[in-house]
Amino acid sequence: MNAEYRGVWTLSEVRDGRIHPVSYELLAWGRDLADSLEVPLSAVLLGHNIAEQAGDLIVQGADQVYVVDDLELAHFRPDIWTKTLTALVNRHRPEIFIASATSTGRTVMPVLYVDLETGLTADCTELSIDTKERLLLQTRPAIGGNVMADIKTPFCRPQMCTVRPRSKKPLAADPARTGKVFTESVAPESLSSVIKLLEFLPEKNVGAPLQDAEIIVAGGKGMKKAANFALLEELAGLLGGSVGASRMAVDLNWAPYSSQVGLSGKSVTPKIYIACGISGAVQHLAGMSASDTVIAINSDPEAPIFRVADLAIVGDVLEIVPALIGRLKS
Amino acid sequence: MRIGVLVKQVPATENVKIDEKTGTMIREGVDAELNPLDLHAVEEAVRLKERLGGDAEITVISMGPPQAQKAVKAAIAMGCDGGLLLSDRRFAGSDTLATARTLAAGVKQAGHFDLLLSGERATDGETGQVGPAVGEILNLPVLTFVSAVESFSDGYLTVQRGVEGGHERVQAPLPAMISVVKEINVPRLCTLGGKLRAKKTVIPVLGADDLPLPQEHLGLAGSPTKVVKVSYPQITRSGKKISAVDNPDGAVEAILSLLGARGAV
Ligand SMILES: Cc1cc2nc3c(=O)[nH]c(=O)nc-3n(C[C@H](O)[C@H](O)[C@H](O)COP(=O)(O)OP(=O)(O)OC[C@H]3O[C@@H](n4cnc5c(N)ncnc54)[C@H](O)[C@@H]3O)c2cc1C
Ligand SMILES: Nc1ncnc2c1ncn2[C@@H]1O[C@H](COP(=O)(O)O)[C@@H](O)[C@H]1O
Repeated sequence: MNAEYRGVWTLSEVRDGRIHPVSYELLAWGRDLADSLEVPLSAVLLGHNIAEQAGDLIVQGADQVYVVDDLELAHFRPDIWTKTLTALVNRHRPEIFIASATSTGRTVMPVLYVDLETGLTADCTELSIDTKERLLLQTRPAIGGNVMADIKTPFCRPQMCTVRPRSKKPLAADPARTGKVFTESVAPESLSSVIKLLEFLPEKNVGAPLQDAEIIVAGGKGMKKAANFALLEELAGLLGGSVGASRMAVDLNWAPYSSQVGLSGKSVTPKIYIACGISGAVQHLAGMSASDTVIAINSDPEAPIFRVADLAIVGDVLEIVPALIGRLKS
Repeated sequence: MRIGVLVKQVPATENVKIDEKTGTMIREGVDAELNPLDLHAVEEAVRLKERLGGDAEITVISMGPPQAQKAVKAAIAMGCDGGLLLSDRRFAGSDTLATARTLAAGVKQAGHFDLLLSGERATDGETGQVGPAVGEILNLPVLTFVSAVESFSDGYLTVQRGVEGGHERVQAPLPAMISVVKEINVPRLCTLGGKLRAKKTVIPVLGADDLPLPQEHLGLAGSPTKVVKVSYPQITRSGKKISAVDNPDGAVEAILSLLGARGAV
């Protein structure tokens, strides 16, 4: 029965009328899986007036794109998203369907898998194919990141999971790539929602979201007090970066929740992550260890953060950071 | 109005052992507590009841081993009216789908609810899948990441839900299912009176035979996902270590040269 299901699908996301880059990260995940299985990689694109962007998904790694373009799909609503995706999955039968663990992915997938009567693995950090059994091997942290679990969905299809945003980089765009775009239609009932979007209230804090920052200067309890976060602001300002924080610093109200990095905060992959007075609890590492370069400053030579650091500075942050700021200014 | 709250009992420590054979958590002999994120769902239910001038009945529903009764009672002590525990050895090893199917059957058994609430996620499994899945099985509109309930009347619910870059104000008809985030409220402490009332409250327990569920939907066998291996996180880097205690200038120099090499300065 499982042999009827073939191919790897990714769920694209559209924000402000544009395909969001998390969709391209998913294609990077999906490309590896589809190549191991020797099947096509397809992106699903739901929205309104988005069909002309379907080509971007092919340039970024998809072989095929299934587009449903309808006014009702202009904004995400879980009920009609689910009905539409259920119809598409039952029609084309992919063996794997992955989405990003964004607010959209973490809402639609837990509703969709119920209707498809299959399994769903949340927040995966690694995916691979067990080629012998032709099964998706899904790896995810659980229990505060203290264990990593390998999970399979042997008997149900599609094998579904969400993956952490920013845990893989998109493939380089290749304008020479070719692929097929299919315009799909679904029954009108599938597009009638009982949920009404009344308004969008944008977040007040200005500046780029933390996940988009190329340089992050993050502080933990070792910063000693709220006022010292001003040093991190200053350093980040000089480097053109943003300020992040450990959960401890957020719980102490030294930094806003929106800057929390880690399992219960954000996953980030900046070019440079500077950890200041952060111990490096597994939950924190889960959100930042994929950064390109990590510099850690901690007074404890045994601090676990040093295990993921390219440069480990054993010393007092409250001496080092001001000295660094002084040098950058001169 | 009838309000249902789904609460889970979770290990109070992160030092949980995993049964290598089944890939499930060993809960025996481990201190347990009410999932901290579910406190916010309980608190919101109690606040909604207060907003309705007390004209609501709140039922706490949980699935778990017999000792999960404690978590149900902890919620009652915060102001809920009654509880229901779904407990049976045959439920053991349930993944989120099997859990959601069992909970949905239990909710149905408990009668009609105008609103169901869950926490954003449990601190052990950390999937955030059970709440929305229960809503879907019961055919309810599902609103996730709810950070404020603006109104709850005339057959409609208006909430704010957190999404990337801001909040959405959305409206759905009742009955509905919502999962709430930590920011929605600050949970109250339970009073002595609440604790006494919880102590006296009898929590009915339903098992597999009391629920209209096919055997093949239950427990480990009814779980599409299988944990095949557990391991402990891999740490990947081993960089250069410099002591700034003896040589602060050298440390600053090293940072600057690495920043320079990466094109940051
Ligand atoms: C389910 C769950 C999810 C979680 N999710 C997250 C999450 O998403 N993100 C997260 O960050 N945490 C998370 N945590 C919490 C995490 O386990 C830690 O509690 C937290 O990250 C510790 O923060 P910290 O490193 O700032 O504080 P501490 O652990 O107290 O470390 C402070 C460090 O600063 C150093 N220090 C002190 N003074 C100085 C000085 N003058 N100069 C230099 N160094 C100094 C110390 O040596 C120490 O290493 C989660 C926990 C659980 C249970
Ligand atoms: N066994 C359970 N009994 C009752 N509620 C549960 C159970 N498991 C999960 N939930 C609810 O679903 C939410 C999400 O849990 P999870 O999907 O396990 O992260 C929790 O915050 C609870 O509100």
